Amino acid sequence: MHELSVTQSILDIAVRHAEAARATQITHLYLVVGQLSSIIDDSVQFYWDIISKGTLAEGATLHFRRVKAELRCTHCDHQYSLEDALDFACPVCGSQTTQFISGDQFYVEAIDIESTEETYDTSHSRCGTNLKRE
Amino acid sequence: MTHHIPVVEQILSANDRIADENRNRLDAAGVFALNFMASPGAGKTSLIEQTVRKLAGELRIGVVEGDIATSLDAERAAAAGAVSVQINTGGNCHLDAVMLSQALPQIALDKIDLLIVENVGNLVCPANFDLGTHRSVLVASIPEGDDKPYKYPGMYRGVNTLVINKIDLLPYVPFNMDFFQRGVETLNPGLKTFALSCRTGEGLDAWLDWIKAEIKAYRKI
Repeated sequence: MHELSVTQSILDIAVRHAEAARATQITHLYLVVGQLSSIIDDSVQFYWDIISKGTLAEGATLHFRRVKAELRCTHCDHQYSLEDALDFACPVCGSQTTQFISGDQFYVEAIDIESTEETYDTSHSRCGTNLKRE
Repeated sequence: MTHHIPVVEQILSANDRIADENRNRLDAAGVFALNFMASPGAGKTSLIEQTVRKLAGELRIGVVEGDIATSLDAERAAAAGAVSVQINTGGNCHLDAVMLSQALPQIALDKIDLLIVENVGNLVCPANFDLGTHRSVLVASIPEGDDKPYKYPGMYRGVNTLVINKIDLLPYVPFNMDFFQRGVETLNPGLKTFALSCRTGEGLDAWLDWIKAEIKAYRKI
């Protein structure tokens, strides 16, 4: 059930930005999903096919960019990606005192649209009102 | 013409906006609010019962109970002495800010000091949905096992207080506290943690003192 409300939010964001840019069609959506975000691509895709019907985004392709969680060792400052979910230890010095610095990302990065206009004026878009929190 | 439009917008931003509205409503009434999250059976409702009973006479407490079905938990909270409202999510696996905004008018906010929201029992998604509460509390429990921070990192990262319940079962259950706490510390450094047992009452005082101190600090803002 979780993914339905999430997919609706994705659609709302894409359509709002597309309308601001006077799009006639949304063709691609680029989503960024951190390793620690609990979102299932197939489930989002399933709902997407249903709820995007009859909207500017009907038929648009979803692209999920999965990004690994990053950790930093508080002992030697080494920065590394999470490889083993049960082992957070620093691969360089072996310290267990490490901290996650990212992995929660979950945002719409960009969309591709079709428009009758020749050039895209960024002032049409209201992006930047919700900058990603990382 | 095809155009590529940078968006960079948080997918849950609509929920976050409504959560901010909820927070403003609570602040206007001077009500401090906690969001309790946990797996089913960790002891969320037991902790609410104990908290309501022990703080009776000191704080007026309201409880919003979120469950897929039944009003059993609201009845338990009411029996303990809280003003309670049940939200049935009808299958939804978590509460979101809209559900809380619909429940708030059912509680006389001017007649309570503390609002506890009990989320749906689930370690996967409730942490992603800010409700507008002031603190999010994860209730872990010993029988669940010590690997939960590693298996549900999003949940352990998304809270700012941790209660480890059922510590009276430590002698009977294999639970490596070091392994558990190492995972917690990596995911959420410095996380405020209380180890207690709702059954025996061990450790409850520190938890209750923390709530009272938080409310005192909240009222000074």
